[in-house]
Amino acid sequence: MRSHTLVVLVEDKPGVMNRIVSLFRQRGFNIDSIAVGHTETPGLSRITLVAKGDDRKIEQLVKQLYKVLEVIKITDVTDENLIQRELALIKVNATERTRSDIMRLVSDVYRARIVDAAPDAMVIEVTGPPEKIESLITLIRPYGIKELARTGVVAMARGSRAVAIGQPEVVA
Amino acid sequence: MAVETQTRRATTEQHQTEPQLGARLICQALVREGVDLIFGYPGGAVIPLYDVLPEFPIHHVLVRHEQGAAHAADGYARATGKVGVCLATSGPGATNLVTGIATAMMDSVPLVAITGQVPQHVIGMDAFQETDITGITIPITKYNMVIRSVDEIGPAIQKAFYLARSGRPGPVLIDIPKDVQLAKGYLAPPQPVNLPGYRPTIVPHRRQIRRAAELIRQAKRPLVLAGHGILISGATEELVKFAERAQIPVGLTLLGISGFPASHPLCLGLVGMHGFAHANRAIHEADVIVGIGMRFDDRVTGRPSEFAPNARIVHIDIDPAEIGKVLKTEVPVVGDAREALKLLLEEMEPLRHDEWIETIRSWYRPIRTAPSGPNGVLQPQYVVDRLHKLTEGKAIVTTDVGQHQMWAAQLYKCDIPNQWISSGGLGTMGFGVPAAMGASLGRPEAEVWAVVGDGGVQMTLHEFATIVDEQCNVKVAIINNGYLGMVRQWQQLFHNRNYSETPISSPDYVLLGQAYRMPARRVTRPAEVDEAIQWARSFRGPALIEFVVNQEENVYPMIPSGGSFREMIDVHDAQDGEW
Repeated sequence: MRSHTLVVLVEDKPGVMNRIVSLFRQRGFNIDSIAVGHTETPGLSRITLVAKGDDRKIEQLVKQLYKVLEVIKITDVTDENLIQRELALIKVNATERTRSDIMRLVSDVYRARIVDAAPDAMVIEVTGPPEKIESLITLIRPYGIKELARTGVVAMARGSRAVAIGQPEVVA
Repeated sequence: MAVETQTRRATTEQHQTEPQLGARLICQALVREGVDLIFGYPGGAVIPLYDVLPEFPIHHVLVRHEQGAAHAADGYARATGKVGVCLATSGPGATNLVTGIATAMMDSVPLVAITGQVPQHVIGMDAFQETDITGITIPITKYNMVIRSVDEIGPAIQKAFYLARSGRPGPVLIDIPKDVQLAKGYLAPPQPVNLPGYRPTIVPHRRQIRRAAELIRQAKRPLVLAGHGILISGATEELVKFAERAQIPVGLTLLGISGFPASHPLCLGLVGMHGFAHANRAIHEADVIVGIGMRFDDRVTGRPSEFAPNARIVHIDIDPAEIGKVLKTEVPVVGDAREALKLLLEEMEPLRHDEWIETIRSWYRPIRTAPSGPNGVLQPQYVVDRLHKLTEGKAIVTTDVGQHQMWAAQLYKCDIPNQWISSGGLGTMGFGVPAAMGASLGRPEAEVWAVVGDGGVQMTLHEFATIVDEQCNVKVAIINNGYLGMVRQWQQLFHNRNYSETPISSPDYVLLGQAYRMPARRVTRPAEVDEAIQWARSFRGPALIEFVVNQEENVYPMIPSGGSFREMIDVHDAQDGEW
């Protein structure tokens, strides 16, 4: 059992996410994170999926996903040299006494930003690999997290090889 | 360039005529796909479609419940190899199709289900008879879609039929709001279907075929397990050639029945939970198993970790997701069963496995078919056995689900492809009667027997009315044991005979038959069996025979659910079997 990161290219059509999520639920696949957005190609969306399972389970997940008509291409990028990024917004309790401690922790160690401040709370914006976000959350938790929002991971392999279909976009 | 010219010409042609009602375009598109038969039921959201349907060369069969329409379209598809079509209105009409659609999905049957939908401006408003049928059917269709404008009608219907029949077939649902049926437009000319996310592999990799051939060559005790894929791809002839050349015995899954002739010396018949003892033992002893067009379903394997413990697995299937799903597979072959067998034949020289085949034959024990039990009561197996003999094994047989289904699978020996029509994966009671109707309308020349139980028949017996309307050549054989027999058998064997809610009463089937204007008889004694079957065969058109049989007869052999071959209960071991 290990975490796999899958990049799934799908046609951007109504109901596609519904089909994919329905498939996960029906077949009992456990998804840790899922993030969706447009790609360099119009009409094509990119889903970054993090799922835990042994190789056989992940193989089944990939094969079943391929049966969704709008799924064009699935790449398991787990073993690639990977850039993984996630964004989190954390609303944390901050009194006059704790405010500066939190700010120092956030900016010096995690290079995160304070994007909002109220008399008794602050909102931290942090970007990075999920482990970095986990670790910041652990450190911040004692101050009292009021609210937490995470985007889910997006991932891309380093180097010039791309996960894409068809012709690369020509830059003029 | 050529395409461009073609399109321009088509567009010009279109505009010479008046724009047509969406409902007419739907019918035109169906006719273009070769549809001449639809099973359906009208309702508010499909009135425009029904308004114009009589203008087209399509025979509409008015069922009595939409579930019957879906099962009939399914039976039609299995009997003919063509796409079956059913039609229902929105809301309850659509939801009533669900069981039939799920049945077709599990058994890879090409089906197009058309549902009406409330007009688009009220979708999402909880309008009268509105239901999210595309949402509901996502997990039980191969694909589904909503037609949102009149321009989409042609391409959508073309795509639906293409998807239903190609690759691993399955049901496709098309939801059509009423305003689209009433809008005017033109039918787009057929275009090549181009779906970037759908490219089924038909011809397998030669390298995998060579690996499969090599493994088969090394085998001392090889075995083929043949499934529904043989019938879907029409591979019977190739399978017979292959089995004969390599001298490999062939076991059949429930839906593989009729894909390889039962009378062939290499045929082992049904495998799995109620499969023949010698067939299951052959699996247990085999050193190479070649699964073709089947999916190692739990009714075949029992506990997968103890299934075929000595065998290396070659798995041929058109759906890559089936390969490796249940068993560790040594040689995966993705492709159409017929194409795979053709290639395999090219790689295969004649082999011999005389000793292995003789050994399997020595394990054979016939299923008992005595006319009566210890108390002189009619035995169900005898009924099926006589039906097989008197129809010379040539009837199309449909079944419901349960004991009668297993006896029919064991004893009605099928030599003709697609003569066996049964709900395998979903195990749908109530399938037999409407499926028989669909099979009969697709193959009017055939003699069709619906072998059903007293439980299942009561789920869809309203379709007697349709069968009589259409004067289908369907003979209904009700095996009445007064119980939901298969559940009762499990209660007897695994739940201390606690027959909780399995005794079930029946109407007077002879009176019921008369009420539906269907000739009907009751048989209670062995001596009456032949005469009744001959009576039903003596005229064309519907007939009903109720066979009142031994109430507590069990289906043997049996491998308990999730068990292994070692746990098989045969009639000789069973306590109730000593007579």
